[in-house]
Amino acid sequence: LSGIRISDFPKHRAYDQVFFLCTKTQSYSRPSYFPWRCIEKILKDDASEEKGERARMASFVGAIAITDLVKTTLGPKGMDKILQSTGRGHEVTVTNDGATILKSLHIDNPAAKVLIDISKVQDDEVGDGTTSVVVLAGELLREAEKLVAAKIHPMTIISGYRMAAECARNALLQRVVDNKENAEKFKSDLMKIAMTTLSSKILSQDKEHFAQLAVDAVMRLKGSTNLEAIQIIKKPGGSLKDSFLDEGFILDKKIGLGQPKRIENAKILVANTAMDTDKVKIYGARVRVDSMSKVAEIEGAEKEKMREKVKKILGHGINCFVNRQLIYNFPEELFADAGILAIEHADFDGIERLALVTGGEIASTFDNPESVKLGHCKLIEEIMIGEDKLIHFSGVEMGQACTIVLRGASHHVLDEAERSLHDALCVLSQTVNDTRVLLGGGWPEMVMAKEVDELARKTPGKKSHAIEAFSRALVAIPTIIADNAGLDSADLVAKLRAEHHKEGCNAGIDVISGSVGDMAELGISEAFKVKQAVLLSATEAAEMILRVDEIITCAPRKREDRM
Amino acid sequence: MALAFDEYGRPFIILKEQEQKTRLSGLEAQKANISAGRAVSRILRTSLGPKGMDKMLQSPDGDVTITNDGATILEQMDVDNQIAKLMVELSRSQDYEIGDGTTGVVVMAGALLEQAERLLERGIHPIRIAEGYEMASRIAVEHLERIAQKFDFGPTNIEPLVQTCMTTLSSKIVNRCKRALAEISVKAVLSVADLERKDVNLDLIKVEGKVGGKLEDTELIYGITVDKDMSHPQMPKQIEDAKIAILTCPFEPPKPKTKHKVDIDTVEKFQTLRQQEQKYFDDMVQKCKDVGATLVICQWGFDDEANHLLMHQNLPAVRWVGGVELELIAIATGGRIVPRFQELTPEKLGRAGLVREKSFGTTKDKMLYIEHCANSRAVTIFIRGGNKMMIEETKRSIHDALCVARNLIRNNFIVYGGGAAEISCSIAVEAAADKYPGVEQYAIRAFADALDAVPVALAENSGLQPIETLSAVKSQQIKENNPHFGIDCNDVGTNDMCEQNVFETLIGKQQQILLATQVVKMILKIDDVISPSDY
Repeated sequence: LSGIRISDFPKHRAYDQVFFLCTKTQSYSRPSYFPWRCIEKILKDDASEEKGERARMASFVGAIAITDLVKTTLGPKGMDKILQSTGRGHEVTVTNDGATILKSLHIDNPAAKVLIDISKVQDDEVGDGTTSVVVLAGELLREAEKLVAAKIHPMTIISGYRMAAECARNALLQRVVDNKENAEKFKSDLMKIAMTTLSSKILSQDKEHFAQLAVDAVMRLKGSTNLEAIQIIKKPGGSLKDSFLDEGFILDKKIGLGQPKRIENAKILVANTAMDTDKVKIYGARVRVDSMSKVAEIEGAEKEKMREKVKKILGHGINCFVNRQLIYNFPEELFADAGILAIEHADFDGIERLALVTGGEIASTFDNPESVKLGHCKLIEEIMIGEDKLIHFSGVEMGQACTIVLRGASHHVLDEAERSLHDALCVLSQTVNDTRVLLGGGWPEMVMAKEVDELARKTPGKKSHAIEAFSRALVAIPTIIADNAGLDSADLVAKLRAEHHKEGCNAGIDVISGSVGDMAELGISEAFKVKQAVLLSATEAAEMILRVDEIITCAPRKREDRM
Repeated sequence: MALAFDEYGRPFIILKEQEQKTRLSGLEAQKANISAGRAVSRILRTSLGPKGMDKMLQSPDGDVTITNDGATILEQMDVDNQIAKLMVELSRSQDYEIGDGTTGVVVMAGALLEQAERLLERGIHPIRIAEGYEMASRIAVEHLERIAQKFDFGPTNIEPLVQTCMTTLSSKIVNRCKRALAEISVKAVLSVADLERKDVNLDLIKVEGKVGGKLEDTELIYGITVDKDMSHPQMPKQIEDAKIAILTCPFEPPKPKTKHKVDIDTVEKFQTLRQQEQKYFDDMVQKCKDVGATLVICQWGFDDEANHLLMHQNLPAVRWVGGVELELIAIATGGRIVPRFQELTPEKLGRAGLVREKSFGTTKDKMLYIEHCANSRAVTIFIRGGNKMMIEETKRSIHDALCVARNLIRNNFIVYGGGAAEISCSIAVEAAADKYPGVEQYAIRAFADALDAVPVALAENSGLQPIETLSAVKSQQIKENNPHFGIDCNDVGTNDMCEQNVFETLIGKQQQILLATQVVKMILKIDDVISPSDY
């Protein structure tokens, strides 16, 4: 089996970033084992079928290849990957985020697709642990491969894995710490989680700074998981340390000419309305004129209409007007005359967030000014970040939303910083809802492995082999973390295992000093929700792949080769 | 190939472009067809039973499906061979009719074909074989009726139904929480069932899935979920005692179907038109408000102006709701779908105890739950699972379980699963064979042998010795004259299916035998295959 081959494949699809990995070895893809003459054509041309051992082998090879690909990114000393897109411009992304890497891969192996899928779901659901889930599933399959070679039926392995996963989950549940009652402690838990998550990313140098940013931002959300209220603005220039959290709201727009640059005690009307000319919405209406003067009249009426609209808007008693759509010169001039700050073409998300922040409502009609809720803020001013002018709303009513301004040397750094921060924010917001916390640094894996090992000893029958294998797969995660840090993994993991046989041990791998350390003292924590999701989805995916005994691949749809 | 000549000795053209076609005829055609059919059934054979394996299918676009549902496998297999397509049809019709046993029916047909091949080799005419099979299937179906047991359940006693659904689910990947899913399915079916008329409209059960969470989080919602959110982000997220206006007209000025033009030639006209337009919007919203609606669900979109007016009037709205969902909402809330604003009256509003928006995970996925409806006859099964393939497979499994529960409500006779019914039929057919004079006797006996294929496949998949197990069970059935013995797939220790609670529906089994026989008959009658040859 020749395994992995990285080849340049015909460019079928315009993915943003495409990285070709072809794990299907061509040698056994044709069905040549039909002894009858006419049967060869049960499937269409180019469709292929793989059976039994071969199918299983193909799945294992694919899944393990994917695992090996991402496993070097695991842990605080994990390495990054460069992804180059085949699209126009050959854009380059540098990342350490499992989900981002896997999303960009162009995969031809069905089992590998299952793994990519779980990583994506992990990203959507809890935001972090995207690499761990793939690595765990891959390790489970690697162990399963050995068991299958030892003539244990896949169904037996599956039932063993199921028992083990249940047992592992219970083991975690027994050791969780829940500091929901104690706000002070909970905050420090969040801080620890944020630091742990960020330590494996590009932000690790300034992790304290960013952890503080993330925790502050999430605490402002007050329990909602709506991360949209947190705006991230990326501005190249400066260093990562210069990034800051702004309590107010920053809009990446310029203030119109001749309008005030600074407004105190602003009353804001957030609107979504056409400020060019109102289209007539009645179907079939059209303007028919027979002389030039009439055209002028109609134009005048149109202008009058706009003037009226602006007047109505002014009638709200506002001094700032933010519109989602364009504002044409004419109304802009009117606004400037009235001394009102008018901001045009704010993007959709921006409008929604602005409405959320200032407590106003998004208006589209302006006939009853008394019932429209206006937004308020203490101060609107133009500020400079780097070279760009932005509009800053500060002293807003509702404290929920906030803005994080990221600064960094290049776009790549900023993109990666945003991804890392997004991970941290996701995990934190989930932790606020489910306040159970675990220690990190390979501690949960060792706790689970110990319990699972004990279960294996108690279980009669072939299943116990599978349960044992499950525990080995769990231990693989601290091993990989240690390996990635360039440490002697065998020695460390053995020490760790010995430590864990004492009651109530907090030992984990301290990557910085390269030894076994007390995770509680080092302040390395992880969210229970993330770990549980990793455990369950990895087991589910492994189970799914194990159950397959036949792969039928349809003929790829013909596409014209445009390139 | 045969050539015909007219009286002048010129050849007729019987087949156009004869040299470009391949032709198989006679025994050879039958054998080719049989082996094609068998090849298909062999693919499905390993998926049978609780220990059956799954198949991974990659579609032409590269999407992956993992399933062990016979009908799904065959449908996605991209089959080219004509006979193989017949087998696909066979599985599909079982799926439409019964919903379960789609794998079993193909395995059965494959076994019948295999037996027929042997008979053909001995020189028995295919039509005689077909007739023999027909007689045998009649015997088997009658025998099934004899061994079937009536089976009592009621709205309060759902345990038997749950047990039967569990049998179906145990062969799927979801067997980890089959108990929970079986209960959900049964409850769903019972809440939409019309026990008087013994009819169940499965359209009233909506199966929705959302990636994320675990399988255990799957829930039954007595109401409807809609994969939409409120049209304006600042509308209330939760409405109690909602009165719902269900509209199929857009919040827009009218668009008459006849072609017309409104000519504007003076300023006054321009202004009146504008006022009219504004009034129109106001009227629409006011109309909804006047009849007392507290939620508007609209099939179409509405523009920003209408949206804001609705928001302004504190009237939450949902836009772009699909037709099917709209109907379900109408059924559930007891409302009427209103095609025009003028026809909106308070009686036509639907009622729901609680409407709420729920968000999932870290992305901004939102769904709308409409619960505590006036009429709880429409329910939703909401599936959660680790990944997309899992959800899809769970959907298929739930569909099977729903179908089984429905069949039981329609006809509450059951037979025992685990191959017990097939073995019992096989014994009965074997015994009946001797009574028939003539060549059909052989075909009937072959039919009996073919019936054994299902228990053999079950035993094989479960890692048991197929022949030994089958013969042991068979002799046990004859000795104790008890049709409850089957293959002990789960290694429980007893092979009495009555104790293991493994049931299948009588109509499902009967349909399997009848459909398989029909298709085999059809295949046997083909004696000439003309197809364009490869180029």
